[in-house]
Amino acid sequence: MKFLLVEDNHDLANAITSRMRLDGHVIDHADKISDASAFVATGEYDLILLDIMLPDGDGRAFLKQHRASDLDTPVIILTARSQVSDRIGSLDLGADDYVTKPFDHEELAARCRAVLRRKSGNAQTTIVLGDVVFDPVAGHLMVGHEAVTLRNRELRLLELFMNAPGQVFSKQKLADRLFSYDVDVSENAIEVYVGRLRKHLEGSDLRITTLRGLGYRLDRDG
Amino acid sequence: MDNPTVSGSLRYRLGLTLIGGAAVLAVLLFFAVRSYAVQVAQQGQDNILVASVTSMLDAAAIRDNAVEVDIPYAAFSMLTTPADDRVFYAIFQDGTFLSGYRDLGYLGPDAGLENIFGFANVRGVLVRQVSASRTLIGANKRTEVQIVLAQTQDALSATLDQISRNAALLGVGFFALAAALSVWATAATMGQLDRLTTSVTRRGPQDLRPFKNSVPQEMAPLVQSLNSLMARLDQSLSQSEDFIAEAAHRVRTPLATVRSYAEATLQRVDKEENREAMRSMVKAIDESSRAAGQLLDHAMITFRADHLEREDINLVELVRDLVLRMTPIAEMKDLSLSVQGDGSVPYAGDAILLQNAVRNLVDNAMKYGPAESLIDITVRAEPHPHIMVIDRGPGFPSHEISTLTLRFKRGQNAENTIGSGLGLTIAKDVAFAHGGGIKLENTLKGGACVTLSLSS
Repeated sequence: MKFLLVEDNHDLANAITSRMRLDGHVIDHADKISDASAFVATGEYDLILLDIMLPDGDGRAFLKQHRASDLDTPVIILTARSQVSDRIGSLDLGADDYVTKPFDHEELAARCRAVLRRKSGNAQTTIVLGDVVFDPVAGHLMVGHEAVTLRNRELRLLELFMNAPGQVFSKQKLADRLFSYDVDVSENAIEVYVGRLRKHLEGSDLRITTLRGLGYRLDRDG
Repeated sequence: MDNPTVSGSLRYRLGLTLIGGAAVLAVLLFFAVRSYAVQVAQQGQDNILVASVTSMLDAAAIRDNAVEVDIPYAAFSMLTTPADDRVFYAIFQDGTFLSGYRDLGYLGPDAGLENIFGFANVRGVLVRQVSASRTLIGANKRTEVQIVLAQTQDALSATLDQISRNAALLGVGFFALAAALSVWATAATMGQLDRLTTSVTRRGPQDLRPFKNSVPQEMAPLVQSLNSLMARLDQSLSQSEDFIAEAAHRVRTPLATVRSYAEATLQRVDKEENREAMRSMVKAIDESSRAAGQLLDHAMITFRADHLEREDINLVELVRDLVLRMTPIAEMKDLSLSVQGDGSVPYAGDAILLQNAVRNLVDNAMKYGPAESLIDITVRAEPHPHIMVIDRGPGFPSHEISTLTLRFKRGQNAENTIGSGLGLTIAKDVAFAHGGGIKLENTLKGGACVTLSLSS
C-alpha cells in the first residue's frame, strides 16, 4: 500500500513512517500543503493521512481542494483537536475518518483497513505464499481453493507472519501487536490465537513452528 | 456564583416615597377641607345673626323720649335650627343695660357701623355672639342703642361633624387612589429594569451579542456598559477557545510523537524489562490523553447543558453512525457491536452531546467486555426515548452502583483498564440536560447494563 502522510511535526512523521514501513507499506511524507499538492499531482496513493494545523494553511482546505479535483483517494484526518463539532466538520468536508492524537497505531491501522475496505480499493494487496492467498485489507484468506473466515485478531496475526516469513516473533511481541495496552494479556491468549491460525492453515504449504523459549515462526514446506 | 450585596430596594424605596407622599397629601387635604367648611358654616351663622340683629335694631325707635325695641317675630324665627339652638340677647342704651341676659357683654366701639363678632360663655355654654349698634335720633335727643345677639352652636357642630366625616372619607379615597397609582407607577418603572433583566437571563451562555432593544434614556448607560462588558467577554472567550485548541494541538502532537516512537521501539526491543518500560510509557500517555479529552468533553458539556442546541434527530440513525465509526476499534478486540432500534426514534436534542454520551457508554462497554463478545445497543421510543448498552463483562460491583456516576469515581474492578472516570459522569450530565437520567444495573448473566433515558 502506498500512503501519503501530510504532517508538519517531523518527529511524529518519522515515528508514523517507520511504524508504517514495519507493516510493509510505502510512505511519502509532505510537511506542508503545497508539497502535499505536488505529491498528489505526481503520484498515485491508496490513502492520505492528513494533519489539520499545517504551517501554510488548514488541512481542511487541502481536503476541500482535493475533493473538488475529482480524486477519490480516501483521506484520514489526524487531529489534535478534540471537540466533536470539529470532527464532524472534517467528515462533512469529505474525510473518510479521523483519529485524535495521540493515537494507537493499531487503531490507525484498523481505520486505514476499514476505509480501504469500504472504498474497495483497486490496489492489489494480496500476499501469496505457496498455496495460500491472503488479502489483509479485505480480510480474505484462501487455503488451496477453500475460503476461510478470519476474526480480526487472527487476521492481524496472520498478516504479521505473512509479511515476514521465517522471522521469529516472541509471544510478548505478538501480544503487543494484538492487544491494546490498556489490558494485561496472559501469554496463554497468544497460544490460543496461534492455535486457531494453525487450524486454519491445516492442509496448506504453511505452518507455524513453535521455538521453545523464543516464540513462533512461519515456515513454508518444500 | 457570587450574589451581589443587596442594600435596600429601588422598588421599595420608590413605592414608599410615593405612598408616603400620598398619605401626607391626604392628611393636608382633610384639614384644608375641614377648616374651609368651618369657615363657611361660621359665615352662614354669622350672616343670619347679622340679619336678625339688624331687624331688631330696625325695630328700635324713640317714643315719648324713651327707647322702645319691639323685637319682630321674624328676628327670632330666622334663627331656628334643626338642633333647637338657643338664642340669647341683651339690649343696651348708651352702654346701660336695658333688657335681656346680663351675661352678654357689648363688644366693640361705642358707635359704629361694623358688626363685631365674638364668642362668649353663657351659663357654661359656648355661644357665637354679634354686637351691633344704631344711633337713634329723637326730637332733641340722640341716643345709641346697642344689641348683643348670641346663639348656641349645636346645629353648626353637627354640620361640621358631618363635613369632617366626608372630608375624612375624601382623604382616605384620595390616599387609596394615589397609593394604587404609586404601585402602578413603580411597577411600570421597574418593569423596564425587569425586562432588561429577563432578556439578559434568557440568553444562552454563548449569546454575547450586544443588546439592541430600546431602553429608557436613564438605562442607556447601564446597557452601554453591559454591552461593552459582553464585547470584552466575547473577545476573551474566543481567545480562550483558540487557546484551548492551540494548547490541545501543542500537547497532543508531542504526545502522539512519543507514543508512536514508543510503539515502534517496542517492536524492535527484545529485552523484557525495556519492553515493560515501553508499555508503561504507552499506557501513561493513553491515560493522560484520554483524561485530557474527557475533561475537554466534560467542560464542553457543562458549557452547552444550559443552552442545548436542539435539532430534530433520529436516535437510531445517530447511534448507527456512531457505531459504524467505532467498529474498527471494536474489531481490534474482536468485539461485535449490534444496534437494535425501532426503525426511527425521532427526538429533539443536542446531537453533539448525545453522541458524546453514547460514545462514552460504548467505550466503557468495549473496555470491560471480554474478547469476542457481543455488545448490544438498543434504541427504543417507548415508554420514553432511551438508549441501552449491555456488555458481557463482569458487571458493576453491586455496592458501588450508586456512586459510579460521580466525577472521577471508578469501579474497583477498573484497576487494569485505562480511564479517567468521567465517562459515566458525562453520560449522566447529558441525560440530565435532556430532562432524563441514567440507570446502572447488572444483567442476569452478570454483564453491565446502562440505560440512558431522555424526556419524552
